[in-house]
Amino acid sequence: MKIIACIKQVPDSEAKVKAENGQVSWGESPLVINPFDEYAVEGALQLKEANSGTVTALCIGPESAKEALKHALAMGADEAILVSDAALHALDTQGAARVLAAAINKIGGADIVTFGRQTLDDGSGLAAAQTARILGWPLLGLVGHMEIKDGGVRVSRVIEEGRQIVSAKMPAVLSIVQSIGEPRYPSFMGIRKASKASIPVWSLSDLGITAPATFVTRGELITPPSHEVVCEIIQGDGPEQIAQTLADKILAEKVL
Amino acid sequence: MKTFVYIDHFKGEVQQASWETLGVAKSFGSASAVIVGSGLEALTKAAFEFGADEVLIAEDPALMDYRVEAFASTLSTLASSRMPDLILFPTTSRTRELAAMTAIDLNSGVLVDLTGLSRNGDTLVATRPIYEGKLNETVVCSAKPVIATLRARAFPRPAQDKSKSGTATKVEAKTDSPVTVEGYEVAEQAVSVTDASIIVSGGRGVSNNPSLTAPAGMDDKQAEIWRAQQGFKLIGELATVLGGAVGASRAAVDGGYIPYAHQVGQTGKVVAPDLYIACGISGAIQHIVGIRSAKMVVAVNKDAEAPIFKVARYGVIGDLFAIVPALTAAFKKRLGK
Repeated sequence: MKIIACIKQVPDSEAKVKAENGQVSWGESPLVINPFDEYAVEGALQLKEANSGTVTALCIGPESAKEALKHALAMGADEAILVSDAALHALDTQGAARVLAAAINKIGGADIVTFGRQTLDDGSGLAAAQTARILGWPLLGLVGHMEIKDGGVRVSRVIEEGRQIVSAKMPAVLSIVQSIGEPRYPSFMGIRKASKASIPVWSLSDLGITAPATFVTRGELITPPSHEVVCEIIQGDGPEQIAQTLADKILAEKVL
Repeated sequence: MKTFVYIDHFKGEVQQASWETLGVAKSFGSASAVIVGSGLEALTKAAFEFGADEVLIAEDPALMDYRVEAFASTLSTLASSRMPDLILFPTTSRTRELAAMTAIDLNSGVLVDLTGLSRNGDTLVATRPIYEGKLNETVVCSAKPVIATLRARAFPRPAQDKSKSGTATKVEAKTDSPVTVEGYEVAEQAVSVTDASIIVSGGRGVSNNPSLTAPAGMDDKQAEIWRAQQGFKLIGELATVLGGAVGASRAAVDGGYIPYAHQVGQTGKVVAPDLYIACGISGAIQHIVGIRSAKMVVAVNKDAEAPIFKVARYGVIGDLFAIVPALTAAFKKRLGK
């Protein structure tokens, strides 16, 4: 079966992100594969192992985003494709979904396309649903377990209320969450293979489309108020006394 | 301004943040509550009581189960004929998908998980956290209708006025979906940490009660989980006395101590309670980003160096198995329970 894992490159979670001259700055911190998308790659690899096939990692971004694709290759993806075009600088989520859908079509479609739940930077969590809607494929969101059965895909969705078991015909779009299992570490062989891989770069004209309209635009960046608080350590003579002091302090703060 | 408010629910059980969303819509002009599903009488009544000017219901037995494709088609068909200026949703995992697809159908954009929304003439300016809350941005949507989802507990909840009532308007239900719902493994209790005003959370430390001996015949892992579950009982008792929900760190979820729905943090839920009590949670950055919007954090941890104390207003350096039950007793007495 043919599986495409869609990924994005983002600043590392530990990065000190701040606003600088109206732009987002993350200093010297490295750019990494979006941590949520590691589950998309892991899920794709699990599907490949259970059903045989190929995994293609797909990413929109600048040339430097090849590093995120190399991480997917090192994890075990068979090939990687970068969509990069100067005309994509103001892409919003629905625009990104239109570009991804065009790239998926150019690849020649797939049986399963996987996404992570959301990205660490923008955090919208719209890409899987929007890409599915544009392609006209079913969306199976927040997948924690999956199996291919009778030419379809059957999954367990992790929802607030428990688990929902749903199935659909393929092709289908899946967003995958951490219940699928820890993303595997790149192997030594994988890293070697990835470092040698040549990653094709597709422009919008390669996809046969023009830049999609942008509907959502950023006004300004605001630095949120600092969360540094001074912690008062409650002490006392034994747990009961500490608990009573703490309960009184909490009640005095009127947060209850 | 004419606004649609999507009332999010699971089989008739409403996501309370829907009413906060309705309150925001009212402040801009007329608010139409839109409810999709089956068996919607109680929700319709509540929507009027929380201030809806009208209630539009798309009711069909085939919509008993949430299936995003059918729900999105129902919404976008309705919006195409009635042309609202704005469609609002409370942010939930369901509505992220639903707003996303509705936006594709209506050729518009989505402003996601807003903590602020204000009107500047004819323009709506939204504020939302990005980079896990390290920054906020303002965003505008140039297409119509503007589609937006509002973060739970970021906006005031309107008062419920039981004297208000009305008659729902039936609208067309679209039921086509390529997805078949086969069933549920429903949790004992639905967990909505995003909606909770008080959360008591447990971490890896919850499994480390040295005074407990696991029943015979368990292997090490089973014994660890058993001990952790005894620990989460103590956490649950404190949560119950405070009228709050039980949360967990990723370590506790990965350890198999408690289901994923309880997880707070980067790969779990972002929460905004008035009070967050972290028990046996060290406070990795991935956990901290989930509780940035908590009004007050209290930490109980054996390790004085645990980073959780850096974000806590009050801390106790000590054994959670002694402190948490004592705290439950202290609150019981003070709250007259």
